[in-house]
Amino acid sequence: MRYLNKVLIAFAVLFSLSFTNLPESNGYKIGDIATDFNLENIDGRMVSLSDYEDAKGFIVIFTCNTCPYAVAYEDRIIALDKKYASKGYPVIAIMPNNTDIKPGDSMKNMRARAKAKGFTFPYLMDKDQSIYPQYGATKTPHVYVLEKTSKGPQVKYIGAIDDNYQDAKKVNEKYVEEAVDALLNNEPIKTKETRAIGCTIKV
Amino acid sequence: MKLIYLLCIVLFLGCGNAQKDIADSKNSNSAQDTELTVVNYDALEPMLNKKNDSIYVVNFWATWCAPCVKELPHFEKLQDNYKAKGVNVLLVSLDFPRQYDKKLKPFIKENDLHSKVVALNDTNQNRWIPAIDDSWSGAIPATLIYDSTKRRFYEQTFTYDSLLKELKQFL
Repeated sequence: MRYLNKVLIAFAVLFSLSFTNLPESNGYKIGDIATDFNLENIDGRMVSLSDYEDAKGFIVIFTCNTCPYAVAYEDRIIALDKKYASKGYPVIAIMPNNTDIKPGDSMKNMRARAKAKGFTFPYLMDKDQSIYPQYGATKTPHVYVLEKTSKGPQVKYIGAIDDNYQDAKKVNEKYVEEAVDALLNNEPIKTKETRAIGCTIKV
Repeated sequence: MKLIYLLCIVLFLGCGNAQKDIADSKNSNSAQDTELTVVNYDALEPMLNKKNDSIYVVNFWATWCAPCVKELPHFEKLQDNYKAKGVNVLLVSLDFPRQYDKKLKPFIKENDLHSKVVALNDTNQNRWIPAIDDSWSGAIPATLIYDSTKRRFYEQTFTYDSLLKELKQFL
Protein backbone atom coordinates (compact mmCIF):
# COMPACT_ATOMS: atom_id res chain seq x y z
CA MET A 1 0.00 0.00 0.00
CA ARG A 2 2.83 2.35 0.89
CA TYR A 3 4.47 1.56 -2.38
CA LEU A 4 1.26 2.35 -4.23
CA ASN A 5 1.02 5.69 -2.44
CA LYS A 6 4.53 6.55 -3.50
CA VAL A 7 3.77 5.66 -7.07
CA LEU A 8 0.64 7.78 -6.98
CA ILE A 9 2.55 10.74 -5.57
CA ALA A 10 5.20 10.32 -8.24
CA PHE A 11 2.49 10.38 -10.91
CA ALA A 12 0.89 13.44 -9.37
CA VAL A 13 4.24 15.25 -9.38
CA LEU A 14 4.89 14.26 -13.00
CA PHE A 15 1.41 15.37 -13.95
CA SER A 16 1.79 18.79 -12.36
CA LEU A 17 5.23 19.19 -13.92
CA SER A 18 3.77 18.53 -17.32
CA PHE A 19 1.47 21.50 -16.82
CA THR A 20 4.28 23.85 -15.90
CA ASN A 21 5.87 22.94 -19.22
CA LEU A 22 3.04 24.48 -21.15
CA PRO A 23 3.74 27.94 -22.54
CA GLU A 24 2.16 30.63 -20.44
CA SER A 25 0.73 33.68 -22.04
CA ASN A 26 2.24 36.08 -19.54
CA GLY A 27 3.59 39.39 -20.65
CA TYR A 28 1.93 42.65 -21.48
CA LYS A 29 -1.57 43.25 -22.66
CA ILE A 30 -2.73 46.41 -24.37
CA GLY A 31 -2.87 49.20 -21.79
CA ASP A 32 -0.23 47.76 -19.45
CA ILE A 33 2.69 49.92 -18.35
CA ALA A 34 5.93 48.55 -19.78
CA THR A 35 9.08 48.18 -17.77
CA ASP A 36 12.06 50.36 -18.52
CA PHE A 37 15.40 48.61 -18.98
CA ASN A 38 19.08 49.31 -18.98
CA LEU A 39 20.64 47.25 -21.77
CA GLU A 40 23.95 47.37 -23.55
CA ASN A 41 23.96 48.82 -27.04
CA ILE A 42 26.30 47.74 -29.83
CA ASP A 43 28.39 50.87 -29.14
CA GLY A 44 29.04 49.71 -25.58
CA ARG A 45 26.76 52.30 -23.97
CA MET A 46 23.82 51.42 -21.77
CA VAL A 47 20.41 52.48 -23.07
CA SER A 48 17.14 53.04 -21.18
CA LEU A 49 13.79 54.36 -22.32
CA SER A 50 14.18 57.13 -19.73
CA ASP A 51 17.19 58.45 -21.70
CA TYR A 52 14.76 59.69 -24.35
CA GLU A 53 13.40 62.76 -22.65
CA ASP A 54 11.86 64.22 -25.79
CA ALA A 55 10.28 61.02 -27.12
CA LYS A 56 6.50 60.69 -27.22
CA GLY A 57 6.82 56.94 -27.23
CA PHE A 58 8.77 54.03 -28.66
CA ILE A 59 8.69 51.32 -31.26
CA VAL A 60 10.33 48.48 -29.30
CA ILE A 61 11.23 45.58 -31.61
CA PHE A 62 12.59 42.24 -30.39
CA THR A 63 14.69 41.10 -33.32
CA CYS A 64 17.94 39.35 -34.14
CA ASN A 65 20.51 38.58 -36.83
CA THR A 66 19.76 34.93 -37.34
CA CYS A 67 16.02 34.65 -37.93
CA PRO A 68 14.99 34.77 -41.60
CA TYR A 69 11.79 36.61 -40.68
CA ALA A 70 13.76 39.23 -38.73
CA VAL A 71 16.18 39.61 -41.65
CA ALA A 72 13.26 39.99 -44.06
CA TYR A 73 12.10 42.96 -41.99
CA GLU A 74 15.45 44.73 -41.47
CA ASP A 75 14.93 47.33 -44.20
CA ARG A 76 11.40 48.00 -43.00
CA ILE A 77 12.64 48.46 -39.42
CA ILE A 78 15.19 51.00 -40.66
CA ALA A 79 12.42 52.76 -42.59
CA LEU A 80 10.23 52.89 -39.47
CA ASP A 81 13.01 54.59 -37.50
CA LYS A 82 13.71 57.06 -40.31
CA LYS A 83 10.05 57.97 -40.53
CA TYR A 84 9.11 58.10 -36.86
CA ALA A 85 12.22 58.93 -34.77
CA SER A 86 11.92 62.58 -35.76
CA LYS A 87 8.22 62.49 -34.91
CA GLY A 88 8.94 61.28 -31.39
CA TYR A 89 8.69 57.52 -31.85
CA PRO A 90 12.20 56.09 -32.23
CA VAL A 91 12.85 52.40 -32.86
CA ILE A 92 14.58 50.52 -30.03
CA ALA A 93 15.72 47.07 -31.20
CA ILE A 94 16.42 44.40 -28.61
CA MET A 95 18.14 41.09 -29.36
CA PRO A 96 16.69 38.54 -26.90
CA ASN A 97 18.40 35.26 -27.88
CA ASN A 98 20.85 33.22 -25.82
CA THR A 99 24.07 33.70 -27.79
CA ASP A 100 25.47 30.36 -26.62
CA ILE A 101 22.73 28.75 -28.70
CA LYS A 102 22.84 31.38 -31.46
CA PRO A 103 26.46 32.57 -31.78
CA GLY A 104 25.33 34.49 -34.86
CA ASP A 105 23.57 36.87 -32.48
CA SER A 106 26.67 37.69 -30.39
CA MET A 107 27.43 41.34 -29.64
CA LYS A 108 30.22 41.22 -32.22
CA ASN A 109 27.85 39.89 -34.88
CA MET A 110 25.12 42.34 -33.88
CA ARG A 111 27.63 45.15 -34.35
CA ALA A 112 28.66 43.81 -37.76
CA ARG A 113 25.05 43.43 -38.92
CA ALA A 114 24.08 46.91 -37.73
CA LYS A 115 27.06 48.38 -39.56
CA ALA A 116 26.41 46.45 -42.76
CA LYS A 117 22.74 47.46 -42.82
CA GLY A 118 23.26 50.98 -41.49
CA PHE A 119 21.01 50.70 -38.45
CA THR A 120 20.01 54.20 -37.31
CA PHE A 121 18.64 52.99 -33.97
CA PRO A 122 20.03 51.33 -30.85
CA TYR A 123 20.45 47.56 -31.15
CA LEU A 124 20.51 46.30 -27.58
CA MET A 125 21.22 42.91 -26.11
CA ASP A 126 18.91 41.42 -23.48
CA LYS A 127 21.97 39.73 -22.07
CA ASP A 128 20.47 38.06 -19.01
CA GLN A 129 17.21 37.46 -20.91
CA SER A 130 15.19 39.25 -18.23
CA ILE A 131 13.41 41.87 -20.34
CA TYR A 132 11.72 39.90 -23.14
CA PRO A 133 9.75 37.65 -20.72
CA GLN A 134 8.35 40.73 -18.96
CA TYR A 135 7.12 42.04 -22.29
CA GLY A 136 5.88 38.59 -23.22
CA ALA A 137 7.82 38.46 -26.48
CA THR A 138 7.93 34.90 -27.82
CA LYS A 139 9.63 35.35 -31.16
CA THR A 140 11.60 37.57 -33.48
CA PRO A 141 10.47 39.95 -34.82
CA HIS A 142 7.93 40.97 -32.17
CA VAL A 143 6.90 44.62 -31.88
CA TYR A 144 5.59 46.67 -28.94
CA VAL A 145 4.50 50.25 -29.61
CA LEU A 146 4.63 52.23 -26.37
CA GLU A 147 3.25 55.66 -25.62
CA LYS A 148 4.72 57.78 -22.84
CA THR A 149 2.10 58.58 -20.22
CA SER A 150 2.26 60.03 -16.72
CA LYS A 151 2.16 56.44 -15.40
CA GLY A 152 5.01 55.30 -17.64
CA PRO A 153 5.36 53.84 -21.13
CA GLN A 154 1.96 52.34 -21.95
CA VAL A 155 1.58 49.40 -24.36
CA LYS A 156 -0.55 50.47 -27.32
CA TYR A 157 0.16 47.87 -29.98
CA ILE A 158 1.61 44.32 -29.95
CA GLY A 159 2.47 42.17 -32.94
CA ALA A 160 3.73 42.26 -36.49
CA ILE A 161 5.19 45.13 -38.49
CA ASP A 162 2.84 44.58 -41.43
CA ASP A 163 0.84 41.88 -43.17
CA ASN A 164 3.34 40.59 -45.72
CA TYR A 165 6.65 39.17 -44.53
CA GLN A 166 7.55 37.99 -48.02
CA ASP A 167 7.30 41.18 -50.02
CA ALA A 168 7.31 44.74 -48.71
CA LYS A 169 5.76 45.91 -51.98
CA LYS A 170 2.70 43.73 -51.48
CA VAL A 171 1.87 44.94 -47.99
CA ASN A 172 -1.76 45.90 -47.53
CA GLU A 173 -1.73 46.88 -43.89
CA LYS A 174 1.19 48.59 -42.19
CA TYR A 175 0.11 47.76 -38.65
CA VAL A 176 2.91 49.57 -36.79
CA GLU A 177 2.71 52.70 -38.96
CA GLU A 178 -1.06 52.80 -38.56
CA ALA A 179 -0.72 52.48 -34.78
CA VAL A 180 1.92 55.21 -34.48
CA ASP A 181 0.05 57.51 -36.87
CA ALA A 182 -3.08 57.08 -34.77
CA LEU A 183 -1.16 57.94 -31.59
CA LEU A 184 0.37 61.01 -33.24
CA ASN A 185 -3.08 62.15 -34.37
CA ASN A 186 -4.77 61.32 -31.05
CA GLU A 187 -6.99 58.83 -32.78
CA PRO A 188 -7.98 55.35 -31.65
CA ILE A 189 -5.76 52.53 -32.98
CA LYS A 190 -7.73 50.33 -35.34
CA THR A 191 -5.72 47.13 -35.02
CA LYS A 192 -4.13 46.79 -31.58
CA GLU A 193 -2.84 43.22 -31.79
CA THR A 194 -1.71 41.04 -34.66
CA ARG A 195 -0.05 37.65 -35.05
CA ALA A 196 2.81 36.66 -37.26
CA ILE A 197 5.13 33.72 -37.63
CA GLY A 198 8.56 34.24 -36.14
CA CYS A 199 11.54 32.41 -34.74
CA THR A 200 11.17 31.25 -31.15
CA ILE A 201 13.40 33.23 -28.81
CA LYS A 202 16.30 30.94 -27.93
CA VAL A 203 16.57 30.46 -24.16
CA MET B 1 8.42 3.19 -46.28
CA LYS B 2 9.50 4.38 -49.70
CA LEU B 3 6.23 2.98 -50.98
CA ILE B 4 4.18 5.07 -48.56
CA TYR B 5 6.18 8.10 -49.57
CA LEU B 6 5.48 7.43 -53.20
CA LEU B 7 1.81 6.90 -52.44
CA CYS B 8 1.68 10.27 -50.70
CA ILE B 9 3.18 11.90 -53.75
CA VAL B 10 0.75 10.19 -56.07
CA LEU B 11 -2.18 11.11 -53.83
CA PHE B 12 -1.22 14.75 -53.84
CA LEU B 13 -0.43 15.13 -57.48
CA GLY B 14 -4.14 15.57 -57.99
CA CYS B 15 -4.41 18.64 -55.79
CA GLY B 16 -3.46 21.02 -58.51
CA ASN B 17 -1.91 23.41 -56.05
CA ALA B 18 1.62 22.18 -56.51
CA GLN B 19 3.84 24.99 -57.55
CA LYS B 20 7.22 24.59 -59.18
CA ASP B 21 9.81 27.22 -58.64
CA ILE B 22 12.59 27.79 -61.10
CA ALA B 23 15.27 25.24 -60.42
CA ASP B 24 18.39 26.52 -58.75
CA SER B 25 21.37 25.75 -60.92
CA LYS B 26 23.44 24.77 -57.88
CA ASN B 27 21.01 22.01 -57.02
CA SER B 28 20.57 20.37 -60.34
CA ASN B 29 20.11 16.97 -58.72
CA SER B 30 16.78 15.24 -58.48
CA ALA B 31 15.69 17.12 -55.35
CA GLN B 32 13.85 19.53 -57.61
CA ASP B 33 11.80 16.66 -58.87
CA THR B 34 10.49 16.09 -55.36
CA GLU B 35 6.85 16.95 -55.51
CA LEU B 36 5.78 19.53 -52.99
CA THR B 37 2.20 20.38 -52.17
CA VAL B 38 1.89 24.12 -51.67
CA VAL B 39 -1.29 25.36 -50.05
CA ASN B 40 -2.86 28.57 -48.86
CA TYR B 41 -4.82 28.57 -45.62
CA ASP B 42 -8.13 27.83 -47.31
CA ALA B 43 -6.62 24.63 -48.68
CA LEU B 44 -4.88 23.76 -45.39
CA GLU B 45 -7.91 24.33 -43.18
CA PRO B 46 -9.73 21.07 -44.11
CA MET B 47 -6.54 19.15 -43.25
CA LEU B 48 -6.75 20.56 -39.72
CA ASN B 49 -10.40 19.68 -39.23
CA LYS B 50 -10.93 16.12 -40.39
CA LYS B 51 -13.69 14.21 -38.66
CA ASN B 52 -12.95 10.51 -38.74
CA ASP B 53 -11.43 7.81 -36.56
CA SER B 54 -7.86 8.97 -37.07
CA ILE B 55 -5.66 11.08 -34.84
CA TYR B 56 -3.85 13.91 -36.57
CA VAL B 57 -0.55 15.32 -35.38
CA VAL B 58 0.20 18.55 -37.22
CA ASN B 59 3.62 20.12 -36.76
CA PHE B 60 4.42 23.65 -37.98
CA TRP B 61 8.10 23.92 -38.85
CA ALA B 62 10.66 25.29 -41.31
CA THR B 63 14.10 24.19 -42.45
CA TRP B 64 15.54 27.46 -41.08
CA CYS B 65 14.11 26.81 -37.62
CA ALA B 66 16.78 24.91 -35.68
CA PRO B 67 14.56 23.66 -32.82
CA CYS B 68 12.03 22.49 -35.42
CA VAL B 69 14.62 20.49 -37.34
CA LYS B 70 15.86 19.03 -34.07
CA GLU B 71 12.44 17.69 -33.06
CA LEU B 72 11.41 16.51 -36.53
CA PRO B 73 12.79 12.97 -36.05
CA HIS B 74 10.43 12.54 -33.07
CA PHE B 75 7.46 13.20 -35.33
CA GLU B 76 8.83 10.79 -37.92
CA LYS B 77 9.31 8.14 -35.25
CA LEU B 78 5.79 8.75 -33.96
CA GLN B 79 4.42 8.32 -37.48
CA ASP B 80 6.29 5.05 -37.91
CA ASN B 81 5.35 3.61 -34.55
CA TYR B 82 1.71 4.63 -34.46
CA LYS B 83 0.58 4.55 -38.06
CA ALA B 84 -1.18 1.26 -37.45
CA LYS B 85 -3.14 2.89 -34.62
CA GLY B 86 -4.53 5.53 -36.96
CA VAL B 87 -2.05 8.31 -36.28
CA ASN B 88 -1.32 10.64 -39.18
CA VAL B 89 1.52 13.12 -38.94
CA LEU B 90 1.33 16.21 -41.14
CA LEU B 91 4.39 18.45 -41.39
CA VAL B 92 3.38 21.98 -42.41
CA SER B 93 6.44 23.83 -43.65
CA LEU B 94 6.59 27.60 -43.28
CA ASP B 95 9.67 27.95 -45.44
CA PHE B 96 9.80 30.97 -47.72
CA PRO B 97 8.60 30.13 -51.25
CA ARG B 98 11.99 31.07 -52.71
CA GLN B 99 13.52 28.35 -50.54
CA TYR B 100 11.26 25.54 -51.71
CA ASP B 101 13.70 24.33 -54.35
CA LYS B 102 16.90 25.36 -52.62
CA LYS B 103 16.19 24.17 -49.09
CA LEU B 104 12.88 22.46 -48.51
CA LYS B 105 12.83 19.88 -51.32
CA PRO B 106 16.45 18.81 -50.73
CA PHE B 107 15.68 18.56 -47.00
CA ILE B 108 12.68 16.31 -47.62
CA LYS B 109 14.73 14.15 -49.95
CA GLU B 110 17.88 13.93 -47.84
CA ASN B 111 15.97 13.07 -44.70
CA ASP B 112 13.66 10.73 -46.55
CA LEU B 113 10.67 12.19 -44.69
CA HIS B 114 7.82 9.74 -44.71
CA SER B 115 5.31 11.88 -42.89
CA LYS B 116 3.15 13.96 -45.20
CA VAL B 117 4.64 17.38 -45.92
CA VAL B 118 2.80 20.45 -47.21
CA ALA B 119 4.16 23.97 -47.58
CA LEU B 120 1.88 26.75 -46.37
CA ASN B 121 2.25 29.87 -48.50
CA ASP B 122 -0.19 32.42 -47.15
CA THR B 123 1.01 35.86 -46.11
CA ASN B 124 -2.14 36.76 -44.21
CA GLN B 125 -0.77 35.32 -41.00
CA ASN B 126 -2.91 37.51 -38.81
CA ARG B 127 -5.88 35.62 -40.21
CA TRP B 128 -4.70 32.04 -40.05
CA ILE B 129 -2.57 31.98 -36.88
CA PRO B 130 -5.51 32.72 -34.53
CA ALA B 131 -7.76 30.53 -36.69
CA ILE B 132 -5.48 27.55 -36.09
CA ASP B 133 -5.34 28.26 -32.37
CA ASP B 134 -6.25 31.37 -30.48
CA SER B 135 -3.36 30.89 -28.04
CA TRP B 136 -0.68 30.72 -30.75
CA SER B 137 1.61 33.76 -30.75
CA GLY B 138 3.16 32.65 -34.04
CA ALA B 139 6.43 31.21 -32.76
CA ILE B 140 7.51 27.89 -34.26
CA PRO B 141 7.82 25.02 -33.65
CA ALA B 142 4.16 24.58 -32.81
CA THR B 143 2.04 21.44 -32.86
CA LEU B 144 -1.64 20.63 -33.09
CA ILE B 145 -2.99 17.23 -32.10
CA TYR B 146 -6.63 16.52 -32.83
CA ASP B 147 -9.20 13.84 -33.43
CA SER B 148 -12.91 14.05 -34.08
CA THR B 149 -13.69 15.05 -30.50
CA LYS B 150 -10.85 17.14 -29.15
CA ARG B 151 -7.86 19.29 -30.07
CA ARG B 152 -4.76 20.40 -28.20
CA PHE B 153 -2.29 23.04 -29.33
CA TYR B 154 1.31 23.30 -28.17
CA GLU B 155 3.57 26.29 -28.77
CA GLN B 156 6.66 24.44 -27.58
CA THR B 157 9.31 21.91 -28.54
CA PHE B 158 8.94 18.20 -27.89
CA THR B 159 11.12 15.26 -27.00
CA TYR B 160 9.87 11.90 -28.25
CA ASP B 161 8.67 11.03 -24.76
CA SER B 162 6.81 14.29 -24.19
CA LEU B 163 5.22 14.01 -27.64
CA LEU B 164 4.15 10.45 -26.95
CA LYS B 165 2.68 11.48 -23.63
CA GLU B 166 0.46 14.03 -25.36
CA LEU B 167 -0.51 11.57 -28.09
CA LYS B 168 -1.58 9.02 -25.49
CA GLN B 169 -4.37 11.36 -24.39
CA PHE B 170 -5.87 10.65 -27.79
CA LEU B 171 -5.24 6.91 -28.11
